Amino acid sequence: MDRYDLIIIGAGSAGMAAARGAYEAGIKDILVIEREKEYGGILQQCIHNGFGLHTFNEELSGPAYAERYYEYLKDKDSICFLYESSVLKIENHIVTVLSPQGEIEYEAKAVIFAAGCRERPAGAIGLKGDRCEGIYTAGTAQKYLNKSGYLVGKKVFILGSGDIGLIMARRMTLEGAKVIGVAELQPYSNGLARNIKQCLEDFNIPLYLSHTVEAVKGTSRLEKIILVEVDEKLQKIPGSEQEIPCDCLLLSVGLIPDNTLLEACGVRIDPKTKGPIVDDTYMTSIEGIFACGNALHVHDLVDYVSIEGEKAGRAAAAYILNETEDAPLHLNKTVDGISYVIPQSFRTNDDHEFMFRVNRVFKDSYIHIYGNGIDKKIKKTGIVPSEMQKVKLKKEELQELKGDLFWEVLS
Amino acid sequence: MMYDITIIGAGITGTLLAHELSKYHLNVLVLEKENDVAMGATGANSAMIHSGHDPKPGTLKCKYNLLGNRMYPDLCKELRVEYQPVGAFVVAVSEEELETLDKLIRQCDERNVPYEILDGETARKQEPHLSDEVLRALSLPTTGIVMPFEVAIAAMEEAMLNGVELRLGYEVKQIRKEADFIINDEIETKVLVNCAGVHCDDITDMLRESPYHVEARKGEYFVLDHLDGQFVSHVIYPVPSIKGKGVLAVPTTHGNVMLGPDSEVSVNVDDNSTTGAGLEYVRNEITKTVKDIPYHRMIHTFAGLRPHIDLNDFYIQEDDQIEGFIHIAGIESPGLTAAPAIAKDVTEQIILPKFHAERKENYERRKAFIDISKMPIEELNALIRKDPDFGRIICRCEKISKGQIKDVIHRRCGARTIKGVKRRCRPGMGRCQGGFCEPEVTAILAEELNLDIRDILLDKDGSEVVAAASKEEL
Repeated sequence: MDRYDLIIIGAGSAGMAAARGAYEAGIKDILVIEREKEYGGILQQCIHNGFGLHTFNEELSGPAYAERYYEYLKDKDSICFLYESSVLKIENHIVTVLSPQGEIEYEAKAVIFAAGCRERPAGAIGLKGDRCEGIYTAGTAQKYLNKSGYLVGKKVFILGSGDIGLIMARRMTLEGAKVIGVAELQPYSNGLARNIKQCLEDFNIPLYLSHTVEAVKGTSRLEKIILVEVDEKLQKIPGSEQEIPCDCLLLSVGLIPDNTLLEACGVRIDPKTKGPIVDDTYMTSIEGIFACGNALHVHDLVDYVSIEGEKAGRAAAAYILNETEDAPLHLNKTVDGISYVIPQSFRTNDDHEFMFRVNRVFKDSYIHIYGNGIDKKIKKTGIVPSEMQKVKLKKEELQELKGDLFWEVLS
Repeated sequence: MMYDITIIGAGITGTLLAHELSKYHLNVLVLEKENDVAMGATGANSAMIHSGHDPKPGTLKCKYNLLGNRMYPDLCKELRVEYQPVGAFVVAVSEEELETLDKLIRQCDERNVPYEILDGETARKQEPHLSDEVLRALSLPTTGIVMPFEVAIAAMEEAMLNGVELRLGYEVKQIRKEADFIINDEIETKVLVNCAGVHCDDITDMLRESPYHVEARKGEYFVLDHLDGQFVSHVIYPVPSIKGKGVLAVPTTHGNVMLGPDSEVSVNVDDNSTTGAGLEYVRNEITKTVKDIPYHRMIHTFAGLRPHIDLNDFYIQEDDQIEGFIHIAGIESPGLTAAPAIAKDVTEQIILPKFHAERKENYERRKAFIDISKMPIEELNALIRKDPDFGRIICRCEKISKGQIKDVIHRRCGARTIKGVKRRCRPGMGRCQGGFCEPEVTAILAEELNLDIRDILLDKDGSEVVAAASKEEL
């Protein structure tokens, strides 16, 4: 069996950044396993620009952003990429891979899981109505359009204001489809403000907040949708139904960390993020198995994925080199207003940057972080669930903490 | 062209009848108006082989359920499709239901259906998600599960390997009876078998006024993703009521769990839509028998139609006015279970006496669809050396390789559509529901069938996946 110091699953933005982080921290013997024919992951179908503002101070397309990371890695002889290789199983640091070369096992001192996320499909939201063609997740429509050059619809309606849906509203318009509108169940958008502006407003595409698609109708192909308005309890308002003729419904109703393999190997999953529970070294509940990027929790920007990937790479390197300091773990506990905090646990012997999301819209408010030995309030103006928040806490602030650390929003 | 027997409808009864007839020296044709087999009731139902405890005594439903149940294990072995004898629990939650359960137990005794009676606690030990209210369970070890479309597809493939002809996309519009039957002025056949499901009465009306009226009854279901441990490992029935069998929790042969059906209301014959009311009914009723349902694992909802006839039983006989015209109508639950027994009886008792047909000596067996997940590693690696496409995973959720997709396309009765591929080897059945792999399956279909990508269908005719090329509409 081939052995490596580190195996990284996924050569997308998280995996490549992890490889870079580990390499720079002294781990040279790295295997990167990628299921597609090339590096880059989902970036390869994200041909719009806007990537890299934080990491490179430039606006790059997805493929160009991926190339920046690949350029760094490609001439490092001890970093090996395996393409068209799907991981079937992870067990005791042994990774079973299926590829055109056969089923092969590899062993490593540490494994970083960076396999990205998947889209919530129609079945998972219980979309009602006929079984007709023309209902796609936004990412699937993006793959058909950007990789093969085909539109999956000519008159398109979009359910959900997630970023991929917004990006596709613009893309499909530019490629010749008519995008009729976007419906969002919540009274606020779930996409980035810049995407609402650049992808909808600039193209006069209406955004229907507090609306949802009640049913889809069509014999073999979609013919129309029934759009309804909802009240503050998200219940349908009777009489608000309107029929909208269209031949395509795109869904942009959420992304879920693709945690199938981790679940199967027994890693503990956070019911909120749907990704694994990790400590401040990005290690999961199984020793030596790390996770980062959208496989850990869904990010807003690829730049943040890369930053997290590099940190996870460095942490895995420290683990392999036996440099991780042993110290007791404290748990992050969410109270009112907070959806989740990453990492879920941490040590107090270092500075930390925590990432979290709120679970509803807050105008003027404070993030209240408290516990036995710490009480901190951070003022925030206008925070929404769709924008990930970050808080840095210094070692000096944390070192008196005894027990768990609590997070809440005071409005 | 003259045929001995023409079967209208390629659902579970039509395909199993064709399969049974293919064992004899007979000239058999199957006509199907859809572009694949198993597109009606067979494609969307509870996917289980009932033990036979429930149907009313003296009915054809009862007779064929009992016979069919005994045939399934061997039939599935023969057809090389999965059959799992998972067993069922019929659970009672009230004193009144305990009485109904006693009635079922008496029926089991009369019918030699094996059973065991478990108290609530014992049942919950075997099925931890049974409701706390369950007082007693009737355990039925001979209940099994299959994927109905896998059975129908395999039966059709094997029938075709042995000379049966299948015409897809062929709608019967007119039938005349002269010395023989003449369909659409072009097909002549000595015997005509009506297996047209919800359209049985329309077909009969082409020859005579139909003695039955078919009503399409819809049942709606939830599908849960496969879990680390299956949510239930037996089929869980409530005790039957006047409303029918009730809402079931059914494990599938691929590790998923289905919850449904709802109360089966009558609808138009082409209405397989899911509704808020139907799914809500399932959600409410299912809590009677099971608890802690992992709805966050829900990946799919669907509705299926069953052909119900006003005689409240199967209608299986040669027509009393038109010789050679055979009805197999009203095949609703337990139709899937009953189908092999119906096929055998209709073949041996109605059709064979009309022909002096010998049994074929060299009968060709189909091979199972290639399933890399079931292969020992040496065998898999040998296969990949021969065709590296067996090492290229297309469906990441269900771990289906490109080689497997090619295999199901190039078979007799092979896949022609995305759903056709999905029914045969499962890409798109997993948690992403085809989000990642559908564009790739589309490309493989186009490549293997030598078609333009714009001609690839999701499912029925008119369901082209691609609406336009980029910029074409500008």
